[in-house]
Amino acid sequence: MSNNDVIKVSGLTKKFGHFTAVDHISFDVKEGEIFGFLGANGAGKTTAIQMLCGISKPTAGKGTVAGYDILRENEKIKRNIGYMSQKFSLYEDLRVWENIRLFGGIYGLNDKQIADKTEELLTRLKFEDQRNAMVRSLPLGWKQKLAFSVAIFHTPKIVFLDEPTGGVDPAMRRQFWEMIYEAADQGITVFVTTHYMDEAEYCNRVSIMVDGRIDALDSPSALKQQYDAVNMDQVFRKLARKSTRAE
Amino acid sequence: MKQFFAFVKKEFYHILRDGRTMLILLGMPVVQILLFGFAINMDVQHIRTAVYDPSQDETSRQIVQRITANPYFDMQGEVYSMQEIQDLLRRGDIDMAVVFDEAFQTNLVHSGKSQIQIITDASDPNLGTISTNYVLAIIGQYQQEMMGLTGIPYQIDIKSKLLYNPEMISAYTFVPGIMGLVLMIICAIMTSISIVREKERGTMEVLLASPLRPATVLISKTIPYLTLSFVNLISILLLAVFVLHVPIQGNLLLLIAVSILFIFLALALGLLISTLVRTQVTAILIAGLGLMMPTLILSGMIFPIGNMPQPLQWLSALVPARWYIAAVKKIMIEGLGFIYVIKEVSILVGMSVFLIVFSIFNIKTRLE
Repeated sequence: MSNNDVIKVSGLTKKFGHFTAVDHISFDVKEGEIFGFLGANGAGKTTAIQMLCGISKPTAGKGTVAGYDILRENEKIKRNIGYMSQKFSLYEDLRVWENIRLFGGIYGLNDKQIADKTEELLTRLKFEDQRNAMVRSLPLGWKQKLAFSVAIFHTPKIVFLDEPTGGVDPAMRRQFWEMIYEAADQGITVFVTTHYMDEAEYCNRVSIMVDGRIDALDSPSALKQQYDAVNMDQVFRKLARKSTRAE
Repeated sequence: MKQFFAFVKKEFYHILRDGRTMLILLGMPVVQILLFGFAINMDVQHIRTAVYDPSQDETSRQIVQRITANPYFDMQGEVYSMQEIQDLLRRGDIDMAVVFDEAFQTNLVHSGKSQIQIITDASDPNLGTISTNYVLAIIGQYQQEMMGLTGIPYQIDIKSKLLYNPEMISAYTFVPGIMGLVLMIICAIMTSISIVREKERGTMEVLLASPLRPATVLISKTIPYLTLSFVNLISILLLAVFVLHVPIQGNLLLLIAVSILFIFLALALGLLISTLVRTQVTAILIAGLGLMMPTLILSGMIFPIGNMPQPLQWLSALVPARWYIAAVKKIMIEGLGFIYVIKEVSILVGMSVFLIVFSIFNIKTRLE
């Protein structure tokens, strides 16, 4: 294991009563990597992400995120990560700049930093005219771009994206992935879950979860070769077939 | 601290930008005070009354005169048969008829007994009972005066129930009740809704993944409602004093202090509810049905606790508003000092401590 692993977990497990949502998963993610975290609905992706973000306490297992222990140092982890949830995660009844300022403030940026970075962000997204718009009035694709920009506003070491492109049209998804690449170029590690197998191809490495376990983990090309598939969709189907868990 | 203020500011935006809710929250106490103070008045006025007096003697005349002179009655005039009374009542032209014995005075003087029949439209039972009581009181008073003059003890024993001025009593009873109800609704219901809303929309997850402490999130959510309920408290008191003319007999500071205690309790209750439920609808149902109904029915605001069956009396002891309303009545209406409300205050303090401890215990700092 090299020193630039920003996420390192082994035997991570989460049980709810008798149900094992996440079953002894182990993996590591390198700095600056775009790591795809795939799996069918109910495979345990969201639970795993919540443990990594320090929102949910693991039942068993250990690991570090951004160099901090997930069992004991979750407050420190929270300062060094960004999180964009499955549900849309900005406040609809706040203006664009108010959302940016709120989250900037929550992550402890000072007023000057917030003001400078807000300008930069709005320019980059070509959102200057929407500065005062209520978030609820924006189209979904724009909201998601904004939510992503807000999640990386404080330049975290890692950003966790839980199905960030759900319900967005292909053109918008394409633009969204360009933003993800830009973030990765800046050195932000991207940990992303998705349903869309074409998106899996954009990742440096992907893991595929089936019934709470990680059944495959490698680069998309290696996985395709291993499973004798033409694309990630076939790889996924071959693995998902083994699932015994009802949706 | 900066995080905290940024977050409190955001909460104020949520409330201020939701114009309709804002209007309801600020308008509710005003409307309730005016409704309870004026429309829902236990005191009955303008009782349209007719008289059937076949005896036409001095005593019956005097009684009729007294009824006519009483401001609660609108005398509609005399009728000359029972049939006429029936018709008038059925058409809804009168609310009450007073019928005298055929030889009213003769009977009274000779046998010491005489009869008056009071017929009321009891389709509204409350109105029927109250107007009957008024007439009984008037006659009773007249009887006593007669007895004083003649010294003859008449046998008709009428209990006077008109011991008070009903108009004043209504407002006196309702103002503390409305204070309890409004503060409970705003603090408990609104706080729990605003927290659960974040859970429902997914923003709570983002907040939990941020360096904000869950306690900071929850406390900053209560601040705007604390402010709002304070505004409401002041507006209720102003309306009570200047519109309903309910004076504040006791110490204003003590009254405000007890109210703030109750506000804290209600906020704690709101926090507790928010830790137990996941959707706004459940929060509204639990807070609405679980808090509003008991506050309305079991707090003594409308129905006297002493008249309830024993099990309900025990149950009412669990309703925080009961103790708050009792304390407010003592301080505001009866003008009593702190030592007289120690019992209520200690119960409210005990309840608040319990609720706060219990909700802290319940707050899930990490999502399951």
